[in-house]
Amino acid sequence: MATMNEAATALAAGRRGLGRDLAGLAVILVLAAIGYLLFPNNLALLTRITAIALLVLSLDLVTGYCGVATLGHAALFGSGAYAAGIAAVHFGITDPLLMVAAGILGGALAGLACGIVILRAHGLPQLVLSIALIHLFHEFANKASSWTGGSDGLAGIAPDPLIGLFAFDLWGRTAYVFGVVLLAIVFVLLRLVVRSPFGMLCRGIKEDPIRIRAMGASPTIALLKMYVISGAVAGAGGALNAVSTQVVALDSLSFTLSAESLVMLVLGGTGSLFGALTGTIVFMFFEDLVSAANPFHWLTMVGALLIAVVLFTPKGLYGTVAAILARRRGAGR
Amino acid sequence: MSAIFEVRNLKRSFGGLAVTNDVSLSMAPGDRVALIGPNGAGKTTFVNLVTGNLKPDAGEVRIGGETVTNVDAIGRVRRGLVRSFQVTRLFQDMTPAEHVALAILQRDGRAGRLFGNFLAMSGVMAEVGSLLGKLGLRDLAHRPVREIAYGQQRLLEIAVALALKPRVLLLDEPAAGVPQSDTGRIEQALADLPDDLAVLMIEHDMDLVFRFAKRVIVLAAGTVIFDGSPADATKDPRVREAYLGSYADAGSAA
Repeated sequence: MATMNEAATALAAGRRGLGRDLAGLAVILVLAAIGYLLFPNNLALLTRITAIALLVLSLDLVTGYCGVATLGHAALFGSGAYAAGIAAVHFGITDPLLMVAAGILGGALAGLACGIVILRAHGLPQLVLSIALIHLFHEFANKASSWTGGSDGLAGIAPDPLIGLFAFDLWGRTAYVFGVVLLAIVFVLLRLVVRSPFGMLCRGIKEDPIRIRAMGASPTIALLKMYVISGAVAGAGGALNAVSTQVVALDSLSFTLSAESLVMLVLGGTGSLFGALTGTIVFMFFEDLVSAANPFHWLTMVGALLIAVVLFTPKGLYGTVAAILARRRGAGR
Repeated sequence: MSAIFEVRNLKRSFGGLAVTNDVSLSMAPGDRVALIGPNGAGKTTFVNLVTGNLKPDAGEVRIGGETVTNVDAIGRVRRGLVRSFQVTRLFQDMTPAEHVALAILQRDGRAGRLFGNFLAMSGVMAEVGSLLGKLGLRDLAHRPVREIAYGQQRLLEIAVALALKPRVLLLDEPAAGVPQSDTGRIEQALADLPDDLAVLMIEHDMDLVFRFAKRVIVLAAGTVIFDGSPADATKDPRVREAYLGSYADAGSAA
């Protein structure tokens, strides 16, 4: 009897996980379709949101799931963008899928490099290391201008039609669909990863690395692995940005972008892939909306929104809603 | 039987004070040994030295005949030296099933897998169920740890340690902080530990020590002052002086 119950519970938990994966996927696709219908003339913004969403998901992996403090995560995103851009401009690799592959590789390598440095410290020193890293990356890209175009940006990226059929059009339709598909694939893969034994190990590390060591596992190696995965995800986002805008600017490797991505993550709720997506969409739309409505005071309004969210929903927008729903369900049981 | 766990002439000083001073001991599979001593006797330092969390100034630690003095804490766990913690170190948002599954997966070298859910791994779940069942935690398998009682959390500590299939188990005050009503469960769990496992228990509760241990090692001021049967320990004048004092008196008076 007990075993049957257990099997049933396990099965139910497994189904619930799968159900939420599919629900998440459906939400992404439905929102993407709504966005396409509502803002047909602003697909560039929507594509940028999908690219930044990849960056914020990537940040969530190390910050939300592993507890690493970083204000330099755009280093991974920018490395992916430059890897894709340099592949296209200097090596003639203009197939968009290969460019994304180059971005993933560049991001993963940057993740490895950043992880090796950042994971040597904890807490505030860790944060300082991450800030130092993003400045170093930025300065390096600025100085290596024969490769990166320096402060002028890397221009002249002309991606081939997607799978030889869909040209990247002036309205950005192809780029948008490409971005949404990329985001959907990454989202589903990450849902599997965070539920995997490795994901469980990382949650354990976040809570108590000493306990994990006493189980015979190395927290540093696991975190480094997560950094590489995170780099691959951010790199895909950077590459998507390079493919869709056909230019890579220095600000893709900036402290500002790093800090903004952290703000988006906190806004949505850390430690949840849904939270990362929610934060990105709300922040980017709000930014777009208020900057158009009031070009002089929009930053003030963004600041006010953030203060309100942090004060009234400390777990972030998604995190708070999820907690309320969980409590309701708990009470109803 | 040959020793599974040996400590030879272990020394460690802090600023000239010898906290562990020439400690040696040897354990065979199946041994049930209690390490006792008054506060400040150097028990915690000893645990940190043998688990590899602290480097000794001199001496040697061996697991299964292999010298591990220069092996780090993680390497020692992988060689079969597993410890529990005096204050539970569990993951508050995870369930007992997740704790035990993680330990099993780690033991089998599968904790780094990026895909697959342990709930769907029938081999892992069968072992999780049997381990939690043995410790009476089966009904709580899928509740977050923060919702379960402290006594049961202590049992889960033991379950996690056992899931790693240790050869030597170091129990650091397994009954500390457990309400009187729950100590029976802990004692039962200790009595049910695998027969071939060597267990070294660090404990303050003398009743528990005398019921559990076949052998008692008494540490005082960093040195071993007694190594023998529990019955002899109560009679030993040095032990009475250093530590047992009131307990032995109370025992003989009663």
